[in-house]
Amino acid sequence: MSSIVLRGAAPMGGKPTDLLIDEGRILDIAPRISGGPGDRVVDAAGLVLLPGFVDLHTHLREPGREDAETIATGSAAAALGGFTAVHAMANTEPVADTAEIVDLVARRGAEVGLVDVRPVGAVSKGLGGELLAEIGNMARSRAGVRVFSDDGRCVHDSRLMRRALEYVKPFDAVIAQHAQDPRLADHASCAHEGELSGRLGLPGWPAVAEESVIARDVMLAEHTGSRLHVCHVSTAGSVEVIRWAKSRGVCVTAEVTPHHLLLSCDLLDTYDPVYKVNPPLRPAEDAAALRAALADGTIDAVATDHAPHAAHDKDHAFADAAFGMLGLQTALGVVAQTMVEPGLLDWAGVADRMSARPASIGRVAGHGGLIEAGRPANLTLVDPAGSWTVDPAQFASRSRNSPFAGHTLPARVVATLLRGQLTVADGALVEAVPV
Amino acid sequence: MSEDPRTLRHLLSAADLDRDTAVELLDTAARMHALQAREVKKLPPLRGRTIVNLFFEDSTRTRSSFEIAGKWLSADVVNVSAKGSSVSKGESLRDTALTVAAMGVDALVVRHNASGAAARIAGWVGCHVVNAGDGTHEHPTQALLDAYTLRQRLGDIEGRHVAIIGDITHSRVARSNVILLNTLGARVTIVAPPTLMPSGIASWQCETSWDIDSVLSGKAYGDVDAVMMLRVQRERMSGGYFPSEREYAIGYGLSPERLDLLGDAAPVLHPGPMNRGLEISSAAADGERSVVLDQVRAGVSVRMAVLFRLLAGNAEVVV
Repeated sequence: MSSIVLRGAAPMGGKPTDLLIDEGRILDIAPRISGGPGDRVVDAAGLVLLPGFVDLHTHLREPGREDAETIATGSAAAALGGFTAVHAMANTEPVADTAEIVDLVARRGAEVGLVDVRPVGAVSKGLGGELLAEIGNMARSRAGVRVFSDDGRCVHDSRLMRRALEYVKPFDAVIAQHAQDPRLADHASCAHEGELSGRLGLPGWPAVAEESVIARDVMLAEHTGSRLHVCHVSTAGSVEVIRWAKSRGVCVTAEVTPHHLLLSCDLLDTYDPVYKVNPPLRPAEDAAALRAALADGTIDAVATDHAPHAAHDKDHAFADAAFGMLGLQTALGVVAQTMVEPGLLDWAGVADRMSARPASIGRVAGHGGLIEAGRPANLTLVDPAGSWTVDPAQFASRSRNSPFAGHTLPARVVATLLRGQLTVADGALVEAVPV
Repeated sequence: MSEDPRTLRHLLSAADLDRDTAVELLDTAARMHALQAREVKKLPPLRGRTIVNLFFEDSTRTRSSFEIAGKWLSADVVNVSAKGSSVSKGESLRDTALTVAAMGVDALVVRHNASGAAARIAGWVGCHVVNAGDGTHEHPTQALLDAYTLRQRLGDIEGRHVAIIGDITHSRVARSNVILLNTLGARVTIVAPPTLMPSGIASWQCETSWDIDSVLSGKAYGDVDAVMMLRVQRERMSGGYFPSEREYAIGYGLSPERLDLLGDAAPVLHPGPMNRGLEISSAAADGERSVVLDQVRAGVSVRMAVLFRLLAGNAEVVV
């Protein structure tokens, strides 16, 4: 196995330098590394070097809906998006609620080998919201699950949520809550409750249905002394609750999706279900509050909530179509547009929110952190001036439901390295996706 | 094809109608209406044209009204009941719409229980689409027939004050009427309990009130020239929108006593089907003010006008 020399890369957007990568690690960082005769030299002049991104929230759809996405196609989309690790959500068919299923997902991810696939275990059996799933067995399995979530559904029963928070403590695991009070926003609720939902006649999904659950959960986390993670925060009010909880010392972390950073509910005017997502797109003021919260660290991480859907699950009336949007291949570009360009985050900040903090929340060893000699070479090279126009037809994902189609995004991923191996070079997969 | 801005390709929302177009449709409807007195009611303009009533939701009265309207214009009218064909059977709305449209259809009249369904279909098919009610969004031909009925009773609509009372949140009739009545220069006041008032109603072009008596008596926003009662579905009780039929009827029903608050000439409208004893008393439904059957008659005329306008463009009506 030959070494790789990254020539002239700018770690965290700082001073350009060379890096020598071998045996899966960064061996040396120096102004000039000549390298050996067989080494592959990657010209990284003008490129920003970041730790490989870690997604806390990915729907890979396998097992069950391989027509929409597979672990292979989702891994490819992730690598192209600059990710080196993704958390595969538990709402598959069957649900990832036993050690056997999470092991299957992790094993398949390792076979594909494009990103580290970290399975998320269900909190409740079958996502039923009544009985705890076999959390201990999943945590102790080879997959070593550290994130548990009923995502897609809320753990709405207060007692079950309390027990789940308590039960994961021996495993240093976290409960990732999809905050949605099902009595205030049921499965039919599909548009932010406000002027627009009233005018369009779409069932409203009020902000309070999210905020009240987060408020309860941070108090449960305080009571139990456990780790709580809040999925896809979508409202300014939720940010306030999380800020308050953090000021009290509660162990709570939170994520925001790229689409909630950039898009607003005004897009629903067309009734096009490509804009249907859960939680729903909110007014522009909420998006602004989310950007500010990501900038000041109240929100810890960007997570894609990549949710592939077959076209025939979107070709319905808005209320009948599936919830969800693609996110893996556009995440970096949207974060560059919403956070880097306006000066809310520098590249070190992007590394923190897209890699270090999510790796820490998910207890993903070897990912995130600093770029220094001796560390595993999970890295992403970004062209900060590489603007591109989104064309979902070109995506590696098996689905096409991107709300960013036609958007021009300001930055692109040029290369991704997983443990020292290039998975993506020149913006394309190094090897065809194993099917 | 560059389109004259006044060319109406689809009728999806009352907002598709500017004032001139709306008035023209009502004028055309009046000429169509005159036909109903004739022995032979049929006109030839849509001979050889095919209209499909694509109904994903049961509605005998709206479907029949569109069917008769199409037939009196000599179109071939086919009823397709697509109830349960989409979603539950796995067929996408797009497939259903394209399949029906592929049969050489000139216009689709669409009724669906999801808001925006007709708009989505209009984006997929090449033919004209008429929204015959989409979820809790709009029902533009209902608003037209209501406006027609108001014109019959009140003369001009301009400057008139119309109270719309009932379950506004779930009413496509209310949304279309607020838009069209404003287009035609009327004032609208909405009356409903807070639980049945849609979110964001403050931005609608209307006054709002929780107090039916102050509105009907004119104390709240001036004399009321017409009252439009909306159907309240009994299922809303289980959703916690109101406690009981009795309490709703006492709080918001058009009782005989409340009729007396109105000026002598004010008509009472209801889109039907009526819940007698709930939102409307029999005294109101059957009294002299009631124009409920006039609305049904007007329905055929305005739907003829709409189909004629969409399918025959700006051709002169030969009556």
